[in-house]
Amino acid sequence: MTELIKYTAAETAGAIAKGEVSAVEVAQAHLDRIDAVDKKVNAFLHVDTDGALAAARAVDEKRAKGEELGPLAGVPLALKDVFTTKGVPTTCGSKMLEGWIPPYDATLTTRLKDAGVVILGKTNMDEFAMGSSTENSAYGPTGNPWDLTRIPGGSGGGSAAALAAFEAPLAIGTDTGGSIRQPGAVTGTVGVKPTYGSVSRYGLVAFSSSLDQGGPCARTVLDAALLHEAIAGHDPLDSTSIDAPVPAVVEAARMRDVRGMRIGVVKEFAGEGYQAGVMQRFDESVELLRELGAEVVEVSCPSFTLALPAYYLIAPSECSSNLARFDAMRYGLRVGDDGTRSAEEVTALTREAGFGDEVKRRIILGTYALSSGYYDAYYGSAQKVRTLISRDFDTAFAGVDVLVSPTTPTTAFPIGERADDPMAMYLADLCTIPSNLAGNAAMSLPVGLAPEDNLPVGLQIIAPAMADDRLYRVGGAVEAALNDKWGHTLLEEAPAL
Amino acid sequence: MSVMTLVSYEDALASYDPVMGLEVHVELGTKTKMFCGCSTELGAEPNSQTCPTCLGLPGSLPVVNAIGVESAVKIGLALNCDIAEWCRFARKNYFYPDMPKNFQTSQYDEPIAFNGYLDVQLEDGSTFRVEIERAHMEEDTGKSSHVGGATGRIHGATHSLLDYNRAGIPLIEIVTKPIEGAGERAPEVAKAYVAELREVIRSLGVSEARMDKGQMRCDVNLSLRPNGTETFGTRSETKNVNSLRSVERAARYEIQRHATVLTDGGTIVQETRHFHEDNGTTTSGRIKDNAEDYRYFPEPDLVPVAPARAWVEELRAALPELPRVRRARLQAEWGLTDKDMQSVLNAGAVELIQETIAAGAPADQARKWWLGELARRANETGTELSEQPITPVQVARVAALVAEGKLNDKLARQVIEGVLAGEGEPDEIVEKRGLAVVSDDSALGEAVDKAIAENEAIAAKIRDGKVQAVGALVGAVMKATRGQADAARVKDLIFEKLGVSG
Repeated sequence: MTELIKYTAAETAGAIAKGEVSAVEVAQAHLDRIDAVDKKVNAFLHVDTDGALAAARAVDEKRAKGEELGPLAGVPLALKDVFTTKGVPTTCGSKMLEGWIPPYDATLTTRLKDAGVVILGKTNMDEFAMGSSTENSAYGPTGNPWDLTRIPGGSGGGSAAALAAFEAPLAIGTDTGGSIRQPGAVTGTVGVKPTYGSVSRYGLVAFSSSLDQGGPCARTVLDAALLHEAIAGHDPLDSTSIDAPVPAVVEAARMRDVRGMRIGVVKEFAGEGYQAGVMQRFDESVELLRELGAEVVEVSCPSFTLALPAYYLIAPSECSSNLARFDAMRYGLRVGDDGTRSAEEVTALTREAGFGDEVKRRIILGTYALSSGYYDAYYGSAQKVRTLISRDFDTAFAGVDVLVSPTTPTTAFPIGERADDPMAMYLADLCTIPSNLAGNAAMSLPVGLAPEDNLPVGLQIIAPAMADDRLYRVGGAVEAALNDKWGHTLLEEAPAL
Repeated sequence: MSVMTLVSYEDALASYDPVMGLEVHVELGTKTKMFCGCSTELGAEPNSQTCPTCLGLPGSLPVVNAIGVESAVKIGLALNCDIAEWCRFARKNYFYPDMPKNFQTSQYDEPIAFNGYLDVQLEDGSTFRVEIERAHMEEDTGKSSHVGGATGRIHGATHSLLDYNRAGIPLIEIVTKPIEGAGERAPEVAKAYVAELREVIRSLGVSEARMDKGQMRCDVNLSLRPNGTETFGTRSETKNVNSLRSVERAARYEIQRHATVLTDGGTIVQETRHFHEDNGTTTSGRIKDNAEDYRYFPEPDLVPVAPARAWVEELRAALPELPRVRRARLQAEWGLTDKDMQSVLNAGAVELIQETIAAGAPADQARKWWLGELARRANETGTELSEQPITPVQVARVAALVAEGKLNDKLARQVIEGVLAGEGEPDEIVEKRGLAVVSDDSALGEAVDKAIAENEAIAAKIRDGKVQAVGALVGAVMKATRGQADAARVKDLIFEKLGVSG
């Protein structure tokens, strides 16, 4: 039974479809695993045992009736606690939403259910997806399965840790500035931020509407592609949703051939602040791509150095407005309502008590940036930088098919190390943020361990908007070559929990 | 509240020149809300017409109502505005419990329609052009009811109830440019503008624009400047003035109040004010010292609205005849004086008369019945003319029966009474009540003979040439026949029998 948790999603679905194992057995194996290790990892905020088993039973019944099963039917999944789930608590890692039971499913949740995916529960995250370490969760930090004293990345640290700890073969994250890719990189898993608008945001509790994008997390590139295909596609409930066919990502993941592709190395993503072991694995990956038949060139994207400051004006501005709805009137936490206080006072007390420091920091920052008299200098300038970054990408993609960089400058840092230093924390997203600002597609996949600390290093691949399939083509080829070279997958080197 | 002795209106205008700005909110009559699929039907159980989006639940997203955009473009075109080729929604951020997201999805510096005008007709028949600054799309808020206080306002209330059925109903806000040069007629211009705007909105079929139902709400911004000066004075914003009469009264009151304060050497505070229907005064609301910062920014959850030029031109071509043009046409067709046309308008009888004419009645007959008998009845019962239980087709039939000589006016009134009483169609009522005019000469002849015999003195006068005395004999015959005789025929018969020629 323990082997079941090591299966990839594709293998699991195949075994269930062939009747080698039941979906209920698979679900139970993962629930047992969660039971065994999650006290240490703290990847889950809520485990929906009954819901998961019911969903698994439904898949088994469907199979018994001879109905056709989808490519992910019966595969367990860990859902970031930022997507609404009807009847199942959704907290966004915040005290503000403790005990809130949404009356509706996010479009992504519905799609997963329709695909027969078994949702095991909701995963830990930085409060309202603001952070790079999952330390900003109101429910305690998540440990990195490679070293439980280190961060699993963030904001989607719970989803990435659940994969690395073999609590689930699939997970869902959201990526506003790197919250899928950076956790993927530091946990040795695969994470994809699809093109902005390709996965519905309906039911994704907004942090920064123009940047947020849900996406797949998995242990293999093919599994990520299968999940990508299940969740992407036009949704009339999200007006920013793109009404176009989803690129053929599964097919691309199976190609394992990068011959003739042109790959650009972003010059700006190197130098001071980049860990030597990270750069070493990155350079080896570039060399590997060359060996596999790709043409590698260096490209310059000068505006990328402005991405971080622009991001920390745009994202807080939008979040200051998006989080205004948490006012204690209709749902969630209510503090100080003793019959003597006005609605305004109760709102103020609730927001004081319900939001953590990082959320408050960003609300204040954003409120300031949008203020009359400052708007042009801050929010306005940041939008101009955004345009410049998009132009840099356009220029680069005129000459190459994809760009590559390290996903994050360092490997997983110790819990607490950067907790009191927001600027150091923000640097973790230095390489991932430009893609959010431009709305294109990007992936992180594991390319080895840094020699100095034996912790995973991620390679970031960036493709133009709606060319998500290129990520999978390159990622699939790199993954296959590395697994061949190592004779096993990287996660097999992770210490036992 | 101390009672202020106001400067008279005439004195106020002798020293000061009013400048107005009117902001009108119109609730569109779309079936669903601006950003979700919830019903906009009025009068439902509180909070029964809500969903994650209009309740602002975490994760919910808006989607623009296409009919809302179309309505906005139609209004813009009817108000002679330019239509934006590309515009965005913006978030207006402020905290208030009846606003579920604590921001209102509105438009800021990119309104869908801008730079227009509306010509309004004043009571003396002259035309005043009101320039339109912009018309933009936004969503309505929920409704707060403050319970436990004396005034229904939040001060003194023990608690408040929130109904989000209204939250998200599409609104178009139409803002005028500063209205200058109206002078003493400023209040009249304000009222005429709102009245004309209401007619335009109704003619477009985008809203019923019922002010009494809150479907159309007006804010009156007003300032005074000393006569002969250019710089605007400090304005007050009188909110939610919700009838045409109130718009006029509020403007008038504010002119007097401003003048009183300024004459005393005081300064006007920039603030919102509440209008009181009962005594026509306004009282201070919220101070607006420009410190209010809505932190507008483009709504990232919605894609820009880019009305295609071809579509805008299609809408322009399909605009209905606008009220002012139509009124002028009908007045000419019906041959009415300005004054008569005004009474038709005041009675709300334009449509009814038009439909009656369409059903075959002559214009003068149609107008006569609707403005006479039926308008009187509407007045007595305090109902709208259009709500009377009689149709234009039925009125036209009554007019036809009169024209055919089958009914006289008196009988026709009885037939109309019958229709209003639900007795059936005009012809049935004539039959059932036995109301047909008596035109049988032999039957009438007897009645005439009898009348002459009983009124010899009058008959002698007529024989002597005082033909106008015939009225008394006609009256006697009509009385004897219980009104069912054709008066003209009776008169002829009397003259015939007395051997005189009328």
